[in-house]
Formats: sequence, structure tokens, C-alpha cells
Amino acid sequence: MSESLLDIRNLNVSFQTFAGTVNAVRGVSLTLEKGETLALVGESGSGKSVTCRSVMGLLSKNATIEQGEILFRGSNLLAKSDKEMQRIRGKEISMIFQNPMTALNPTMTIGKQVAEPLRLHQKFSRTAARRQAQELLELVGIPSSTKRLNDYPHQFSGGQRQRIVTAIALACGPEILIADEPTTALDVTIQAQILELLKELRHTTSIIFITHDLGVVANVADRVAVMYGGRIVEIGKVEEIFYNPQHPYTWGLLRSMPTLDDKDGELYAIPGSPPDLLSPAPGDLFATRNEYALQVDAHYEPPLFQVSPTHYAATWLLDDRAPSVIVPEAIAARRQYYRQRQTGLTAKEGLL
Amino acid sequence: MTFFKFILKRLAFMLATLFLISTITFLLMNFLPGSPYQNEEKLTPVQRQMMNEKYGLDKPAGERYLIYLSGLAKGDLGISLQFGNQPVSKLLSSRIGPSIQLGLQAMLLGTVAGIILGTISAMYQNSFIDTFASLSAIIGRSIPNFIFAVLLQLVFAVSLKWLPIALWDDGFRSTILPTLALAIAPMADAARFIRTEMIEVLNSDYAELAKAKGQSKVRIAFVHGLRNALIPLITIIGPMTVGLMTGSLVVENIFAIPGIGEQFVKSIVTNDYATIMSVTLLYSVLLVVIILIVDILYGLIDPRIRLAGAKQ
Amino acid sequence: MTTNISDLLRVEGLTQTFKSGTGIVKAVDNISFSVYEGETFGLVGESGCGKSTTGRTIIQLYKPAAGSIFFDGVNLSGLRGKKNWLQFRRDVQMIYQDPYASLNPRNKIKDILGEGIDVHKLAKGAKNRNRQVAELLETVGLNPDHANRYPHELSGGQRQRVGIARALSVQPRLIICDEPISALDVSIQAQIVNLLKKLQQEKRLTLLFIAHDLSMVKYISDRIAVMYRGKIVELGDARKIYHSPLHPYTESLLSCIPYPDPDLEKNRRRIIYHHHEEASGSLHQIFPDHYVYCRPSDVAFYQQKGASKEAGGLDLVSITPTNTGILEGVVE
Repeated sequence: MSESLLDIRNLNVSFQTFAGTVNAVRGVSLTLEKGETLALVGESGSGKSVTCRSVMGLLSKNATIEQGEILFRGSNLLAKSDKEMQRIRGKEISMIFQNPMTALNPTMTIGKQVAEPLRLHQKFSRTAARRQAQELLELVGIPSSTKRLNDYPHQFSGGQRQRIVTAIALACGPEILIADEPTTALDVTIQAQILELLKELRHTTSIIFITHDLGVVANVADRVAVMYGGRIVEIGKVEEIFYNPQHPYTWGLLRSMPTLDDKDGELYAIPGSPPDLLSPAPGDLFATRNEYALQVDAHYEPPLFQVSPTHYAATWLLDDRAPSVIVPEAIAARRQYYRQRQTGLTAKEGLL
Repeated sequence: MTFFKFILKRLAFMLATLFLISTITFLLMNFLPGSPYQNEEKLTPVQRQMMNEKYGLDKPAGERYLIYLSGLAKGDLGISLQFGNQPVSKLLSSRIGPSIQLGLQAMLLGTVAGIILGTISAMYQNSFIDTFASLSAIIGRSIPNFIFAVLLQLVFAVSLKWLPIALWDDGFRSTILPTLALAIAPMADAARFIRTEMIEVLNSDYAELAKAKGQSKVRIAFVHGLRNALIPLITIIGPMTVGLMTGSLVVENIFAIPGIGEQFVKSIVTNDYATIMSVTLLYSVLLVVIILIVDILYGLIDPRIRLAGAKQ
Repeated sequence: MTTNISDLLRVEGLTQTFKSGTGIVKAVDNISFSVYEGETFGLVGESGCGKSTTGRTIIQLYKPAAGSIFFDGVNLSGLRGKKNWLQFRRDVQMIYQDPYASLNPRNKIKDILGEGIDVHKLAKGAKNRNRQVAELLETVGLNPDHANRYPHELSGGQRQRVGIARALSVQPRLIICDEPISALDVSIQAQIVNLLKKLQQEKRLTLLFIAHDLSMVKYISDRIAVMYRGKIVELGDARKIYHSPLHPYTESLLSCIPYPDPDLEKNRRRIIYHHHEEASGSLHQIFPDHYVYCRPSDVAFYQQKGASKEAGGLDLVSITPTNTGILEGVVE
């Protein structure tokens, strides 16, 4: 089996806070292949941001990597010194952050900010970097005359700023782009534009896309990892996750999205609140909110069960000894579509 | 509004402020006890009457005020009665050089050293360096600069004999100790301000983005951070200047520097009205000009302020 | 506009402007709409469209530059007297977007909730007041013990519930919800929306729901108005607008919302809206209770468009009228 581009193995990260130790990431393993877009889905506290920040080496000072390896093209990033990581950041692995309004330095021209990685990593001269910066901005859809390069971030809208941030991230042609909720703060029409931009990149750059919006996931992702309470609870190809979901949390997420064609009635809401990672309860952290919880969930955390060579879910429901459950209606409808789809009988046009 | 209109508006305000200050100064001088003449007690009433007539001091206050104002407009600051009857303007112009040199040196040293200190403190927050720097800043702020002046004299001039105790005409050497004494307070202020601002800047999203680009810690602080952290510091340059001006009064005396501050002290002690009023006015002009420069500097450093009124 | 049920809130020709750098920006440009008593009216649009400004003007945080606001038949610009204003402040309440910023961190929850009760003298004595506070907490699904806590001890969702309780504490008739869920986690959003729906039914409230999350707005609203650049471009029944949008901007907006359905997403095409300054336009009735911003001459076109959509002919494609070049929906 050929080597994955990125291979995270059993990552465990904890934070020291005033209130105590928080285990933010508890044994996360995933891979990213060349040319694919992997979506990391989860809510606050799920550990998705911390996982990606660990890859970049951008964790805060009170974080400890307890265990695990992050292999990038075979070598462990966690074993590298900060100086070595500086050479990788912005050059081979780049990151886009959530808030475009605060991501750019307000007192530096955007031309300089876009040119910076080029001058830093690839030793471009000032004029060459400027020229390349202009091309990069055109690439991300910011028509840029030389005059525009001298403008400051506050002269651009939120959507434009996010494009500039993307240009910066792409400047040195990185192998991996990590996008941490890049469209959450943007309007829906601007979001659509940014997503299109990212999809154009899929052939040259592998992308890890963090979000909590399942609609966005369906739009951009090849594979999906659903995270809860610091662990991956389900991972698989995008069609497997959306049409054949196995984990009750995934069911809950899918059901609580109001889609434009809902029948009237109450919107499904996952009961309860996100888990307390300061003093986590024993067993499965999702158990208290899980209407399909089994007795064993209160004692033992479920391991990842295989559904297909590409699809795994961490739920005791998949154990051979588990009783069969009646799946919610919306999920059953999805599964039915999935079965039809697999047989090739229906065209792949979606659930509607 | 355009830059030109902005300057015009500010100049108008400056003139109004100066007018107010000169009036208040005049009123204060007039109602203070004491006599403007040397050896007042030896004068006979007749002699005093003659002197009053000669210098126009027998006229009513209102008339004297108008004469004073018209004189100001022409650049005539009056006659210094206590110091050889020379025009005040001549008296001051010969002394302004040392004060300006000292002031600028202290300002430069104070801000540059303070910025570097503050940045390093912020970069290594809560480390030993940071604690040491913060303590130094507190000490620097609390101890008056004339005590530093005397301490510096004691250590470097008397004990080590490296530098002159109180001399002016020995070239650059003689300015070192007084500059140091004056620079300590601005340095402390600058360091504290920059440290606070820089910590916030270093925690900002764009600092994180810079790190994600692969920038080193030092470059993030100095290339990205500094311009942003500088903005609040500019605000206190005005008050800092005032501090330097008042500080120079005592420091110049201690180091026997023939500057305006020293002259000012002498004038106050001898009730030399014309000089007192002129120096007060001079300081006011200086401050008002500095405030204008600060506002212009804001626009230069922070592009958001500069372009706020410009067309998109 | 005909008023069959009573208008609790009526906005006529509302305009709001702000000074900006060089000139004046029209945040809200001559809009008119009514909110019937007991309904949820959704105000939808992207950032900068003027929806939040509208909400804040209604609650009188700003004075309108032009136009009138009528609450329960009374023109607010003519409202005089402390007693009348106090009553208005009771009748119309607001829930804010940021649950972290809208609660005073120095006050305990019971003081935050008690403030309104005290101002309007709704409780006789401390015991009664405390009981009201406890009841409010239970109504919004919080443990009454939370009364003695401080905001920072609560989660975002819990704080937003406190915000709702605060609005309810003075027994209002109309609650303006200004993006009440955008700052919350996805699973909590559904909870809050369900709570608002339940409260509306139980207490017979009228809600003005301002948001940019179109799916949520459609779920909770009876009627909605779509805003763009200060104008209302489409107004009508929520379901109808989502199933057969008429104005090209509404179509563009709806085409950009991603579905949790990968196969569908692969086949979808986004509709881009090209904006032209339609100076001579205003809201015209196309169908009963369905209005579109256009010129009078375009009404027939829209009626035809709507009819074709009902018949199931059009899907995500928009058509251009043959007589004018103003309306353009381009399929990408």
C-alpha cells in the first residue's frame, strides 16, 4: 500500500487550564491521500481544530501532545524542531483560518502580505514576488492591478479578504491546505464562490476542510470524518456518510439540519449539550445524548467497527451482539436511496 | 476632509488655544505678589515711579494687556528686567539650542530603547526577562529624574570619573549623563505601553497567520507586530514631551546646562515677568505643535485612519 | 396591502441612512411591510442588506430618517409621555445575536432577569419576584438553580436561553429576534429554534425573526421578506417563496444554499444574480400575499413565471422576459 500524504496515528492532545486538564484529542487516527478533500465535521469541543493545529505545530503554549505521530510524506512532524516546522509551514502545508476580518495585518499592504511566503520560502526578489502575488490574486478572483496591491485589508470585503488569505496559503504551492471553517463567517453567496474556488484546487492540492455545516461537506468533500468529544466517531467516503450513516451522532446531525423541503413539524434537535472534556464521563461520551444508547455505552467506549473497507463507525450498535434498532425515518430514507444507488438502478441525482 | 482643510482647521484651533494661554499667563503674572525689579527694597518711591513709567508698568492692566498682545504678534517678547535689560527673545534664542538637543536625544533614546525592551518583554511574556524589564520600568517611572541625575553623577562622574559632572561645552560627552537622566521616564512608559499592545498583537489572528506562513517569532514581532503596537504609543508622545520639558528644568540645573529650563527657573525665582510669560508661551507652542504632529503621524502609521475620509 | 388580521406592527416607507466617509449610505431604502398578530415574520438577507438596521429602528434604537412605524395602530413618532414609552418598551422586546456580549457579566442571572420586572413593577415583593425568575428559567428549559450563577458559568446555548427569558420577563407582545442563533453550535441552534416556536404558541407571541440562515428562517416563519441592499425584493408565504421563488435575487440566494446530499450537490448549478439599479421599482402584488419588487409592467411576467413553477416546469433555471433586459437570471 502506497504511503499516504498525511498519516495521523493515535494523536492525543491535552490542555492545561485553570480548571484542570482537558483532553481535547483522544486517539485520533486518519489519513489524507494525494488529491483528495477530507472534511472534518464536528461541533465546538470535538477536537477538529486542535487536530489540525497539531499538524501545523500551531498549538498554544499550554498544550501537550501526549501521544501519537503525524507522518507527512513518511516523516514525523511532531519530532521536528520549531525551525524545521517553520520551513514547512506556509510552504508545504498551509492553513486558512475562520475569520477573514482579523486574519490579515491591518497595517500592511496586501501585496506585501501575499508576497511574504514567496520571499520567505522561495527566496523571490521583491519585484518577482510582487509579480507572482499579482498572479495569485488574479487566480483567486481578485482583479488586481498594481495599484490594488498597495491597498490595505480594510479596503476589501469579507469574501475578498478570505480570497486573499487563500492566495497567501497557495503562494508556494503547498501539498496540503488546511481550511479551518473558511466560510462560516461568510454570506451564503460568497460561501458558494469560495467553495468553488477550493474545488478548482482539488487536482493540485489535497485539502482538509473543517466545518460544522453538512451541506458544505456534501458540496466539497471526497471523504468525511465526523468527530465528537475528541475522537472520530465515523469516517468514510462522502456518499457512505450521507446515504449510509451508522453512528447515532451522524444521524442526529443529518436530522437536525432544516432543509428547504422539510415537512412541517418539529425540527429534530440533538438533546443535551456538548461533552465536558474536563472530567469526562466513563464510556461513550455521546451516550447521555444518544437515544440509541445501549447499556454498554455507559461503561466502555466503542472502538471503530468496519462497515466497508473505507467506512468505519465507533458505535456498539455495529457489534454482532447488539440488538437491531429501528432507524429514524429520515435516515431510513437515505439508506434506501443508498441501496438503490449501489445497484446502479437509479441515476445518482440525489434524495429529492 | 482633505488634508489641507484638516491642517487649516487645526491651525485655527492652535491659534485659539495659544491666545487663551497667553491671556491666562498674563493674568496670572499680574496678580502674583512680588516686584519685577532687582533690588526692589533699595528703590525710593520716586525711583520706582520713574521705573514704572519707563517700562510702562504704570499703565492700567487692560492697556498693558493690549500692548503685550500686539508685541507678541510682532515677535517682541518684552524686556528681561532681571537679566541685563536685554530683549527676552535674544535671551531665549541663545539658550534654546542645548534644550532642544537634550530633549531630542532623550526622546529618541527613550522611545527606541523602550520599544525594544517592551517588545522583548512581550515576546517572552512572564519569563525572567519580562519580570526584570517590568520591574525596571516601574522603578524608572517612580524615581524622579533628578534623583537619577544625581545618582548618575555620583557613579559615572565622581566614582568612575568617566564623564564630566556638570559641563556643557565638551561636545557629545557632556550630553550623555543628562540625556540618560531624562530618558529613563520615557523609556519606562514606552516599554510598558509597547509590552501591553504587543501582547495583544501577538495573540491576534494575523500574528497566527504569520506563524502559519512560517515566519519566525522575531520577525512576527518586529515586522508584523510593531507597526500595530506603535499606534497607542503615539498617543502618549504628547504627554511624554511635556514630561521632558518639565523634567529639563531640574536636570539642566543639576548639570549646569545653559538651556531654557535653567533660565526659566532663574526667571521664576527673580520674578522676571517677561521671561516667565515668554517661556510659558514657548512651551505651549511646542506642545500644540507636537499634538498636531502626533495626529499626522497617526494617519501615516495606521492606514485605516488615513483613508477613512477618502473615496473608496 | 390588505389587512385582514390585525397588524401588530406596520412599517411604511421606512428609510434609514448612515453617514459614511464621503457620502450617505441608505441602509434601509423605503420599505413597507406588516407583521400580523400571532405570526412569525422572517426577515432574511445577507450582510449589509439592512435587516438588522430595520429591527433596531423598529425598537427605536435609531430614529428613522423617513417613514413611519405603527405598533398596534399607534404611530411611534407621535408617542409621548413616560407612561406610553414604558408600555412600548414592555410590549416590544429584543433578543440579541451574541449570547456572550448581551448579558452583563457582573450581574447574577436573577438580577438580569429581575431588572425588567423591577422597572415595570411587575412583582409585589422580593419573594414574588424570585418566583417569577424561577418560572422564567423553567420556561426556557433551564434549571432554576441557575438564578444564582453568573453568565460566564453558562454555555452559549444557556446564555441565549437567559436572553430569551429576559425578553419574556416583561410579558411582551412582539419579540424581535436579531440573529439569535448564528453564534451557537449547530445542535444547539435547533434547540433554541424549537424553544422559540413553542413559546410563541404557548404565549401567543408575535415574532420578527431576523437572520441570514435561510433554512432556519423558513422553518420558523409563517411569512418572510427577502431583503437586498436596503430593499425588500420579495415578500410572501414562507413555504411558497422557498418552493417557487420569483425574484432573481431570491432564486440566486436559494441556489447557493448547500444541501446535505452529495449527489445533488454535484449536479446543482449556482444561479448568479446580476444587480441593476431599478429606480422605478416597488413591491407589487403577483399573487395574493406574494409580492415582488419590480416595475408595474413586469407583473404579468412574474405571474406567468409563478404559474409555470407551480406546474413543475421550472427547476433551478431562471428565464428572462422577452420585452426587457432588466431581469436576468444566468445559469452558470
